[in-house]
Amino acid sequence: MEPTAVAEIRRLIAKAKRWDLVFSLIGLLALSLAVMVLVGLFVNLLSQGAPRISWEFFSNFSSRRAGSAGIAAAWVGTLLVMLVTALTAVPLGVSAGVYLEEYAPKNWLTGLIEINISNLAGVPSVVYGLLGLGLFVYLLGLGQSIAAAGLTLALLILPIVIVATREAIRTIPRVIREGAYALGATKWQMVSHHIIPYSSAGILTGVIIGLARAIGETAPLITVGAAVAIFSYPSSPVKSEFPFLSFDWLHESFTVMPIQMFQWTSRPDPAFQVNAAAAGLVLIVLTLLMNGFAIWLRYRLRKNIKW
Amino acid sequence: MSGSSVMQGASLSEVSSAMAVNRRPWGKFKEWVIETLLLLAALSSVAITLAIMFILVKESWTFFQHVPIWDFLTDTEWTPLFDNPRYGIMPLISGTLVSSAVALCIAIPVGTAIAMYISEFAPFKMREAAKPILELLAAIPTVVYGYFAFLVVTPLLQKFFPELPGFNLLSAGLVMGIMIIPYVSSLSEDAMRAVPMHLREGSYAMGATRFQTAWKVVTPAAFSGLAASYILAISRAVGETMVVALAAGMQPNLTWNPLEPAATMTAYIVQVSQGDLPHGSIGYQSIFAVGLTLLLITLAFNILGYWLRKRYREVY
Repeated sequence: MEPTAVAEIRRLIAKAKRWDLVFSLIGLLALSLAVMVLVGLFVNLLSQGAPRISWEFFSNFSSRRAGSAGIAAAWVGTLLVMLVTALTAVPLGVSAGVYLEEYAPKNWLTGLIEINISNLAGVPSVVYGLLGLGLFVYLLGLGQSIAAAGLTLALLILPIVIVATREAIRTIPRVIREGAYALGATKWQMVSHHIIPYSSAGILTGVIIGLARAIGETAPLITVGAAVAIFSYPSSPVKSEFPFLSFDWLHESFTVMPIQMFQWTSRPDPAFQVNAAAAGLVLIVLTLLMNGFAIWLRYRLRKNIKW
Repeated sequence: MSGSSVMQGASLSEVSSAMAVNRRPWGKFKEWVIETLLLLAALSSVAITLAIMFILVKESWTFFQHVPIWDFLTDTEWTPLFDNPRYGIMPLISGTLVSSAVALCIAIPVGTAIAMYISEFAPFKMREAAKPILELLAAIPTVVYGYFAFLVVTPLLQKFFPELPGFNLLSAGLVMGIMIIPYVSSLSEDAMRAVPMHLREGSYAMGATRFQTAWKVVTPAAFSGLAASYILAISRAVGETMVVALAAGMQPNLTWNPLEPAATMTAYIVQVSQGDLPHGSIGYQSIFAVGLTLLLITLAFNILGYWLRKRYREVY
């Protein structure tokens, strides 16, 4: 080939390859934007809010003075609401996932349920709030209570739990099921002795991600009707006389961490916005820890299980 | 030795078959009960959908007895809580559309670039590191993003646009866009991953570079998946609440200018819920009418996205 033609081809290749480099840089830039936002958000909350974090911040109730206001009602509320959410969403979601993977025949009903679940995942969270307000608060008469809030969030994270359960079950190879049947197990024995235990870590991952999402949800709980300010702890779920458990707290009014943060953020006084940063810091650390744990768990699972 | 083990085996199987015969009626019933319970759990998802529709339609029904649906769709003012109420959803829709448009201008290019980079360019280790970071970005509570938009991004933008009001659609939209990036990038990456390897290999064999392959082969092949991810991003943006409620204000405003404050549909629902409207009042019903509108809009986008995704799955 003539040297000029070779040089021409080399030039064309170099030109085409330059685009590889340009796009790699664009991709890295886009990715670093995401990282920068994550870091920037965290650093901002840390620098604004960290000085406010103290024992009093966790043990004080709402106050008109920003300096003595705390998140006691909010974190206790979050804990109790999450208890209701987890106790509802986990059994319901895991059962639904097990049914769809192990029992469901291929028919229109199964198809309907599947389309429904993927559709529910796309419903805006504030609409779940309207559902909670109309159904739990008024139709079922639960009032603007911890129970109504917990149930609303349970419905919200149900698709997450179902999808995670199904994905975890799907990784279990067929031979496990066949082995169990070959030994004479009934279907439920096979499911309860093998499928559920082997998929439990995967299910746990999904449950943690779902609960982390629920902890941060604000809009549906405002819609359900969170209290503006609460000045006392709800009644204790444990008591000294028989039957040792009390459910009075279910009917009490609630506030949660993100709502406390929202209320403080929308106050014009900058002192309250510092409180909002501190509440946000607690919230973000909590959700990042939960999600980080779930990601780590999934990574371990992928690495260690060889069927 | 071998004889005794055969004997033992026979007696064991006799015993177990006898037990099975005894147990079977109860066992079958138990299996049936369990299966029915599991089916009911699965059906609960359908029940939730029906309950959402029922509640929204029921409360909206009484709302539309007071407000003609034509006024609702065409009136240009939304003042349900005033003495002289007007019920035109247009201002709320315009606020929603403008903030969503700003969000998509960020989320779609950045999300697509990240997806293309992770799927086609990044070395394995980078990919393994990038995905959890994006996941964490998606996990941050929306109220934290709202705080960020209102108290960090808006003051920052005011340095460039000095007359920018404290509440504005621009900063809400920008932060919402960043919030949606992970949704776009993860779905787009899935779509690009689903493109079979032999298409890429064919392209490389023809002497194409990485970028040429990614841009001219993988992107068109993954097109419907990418479109689905964009459409789902739109539906996220339309339904997002806390960022717009905090950063864009709660004043309904019929505008197409992102530098102005305006309420979105979701912000209105939050605003009314914060106050103490009596159950059954027209203001109370109005949030269900707005919620129904919001649900129908997001539902339309979700169905479109679902359909597109189904299509691209069937191609290969």
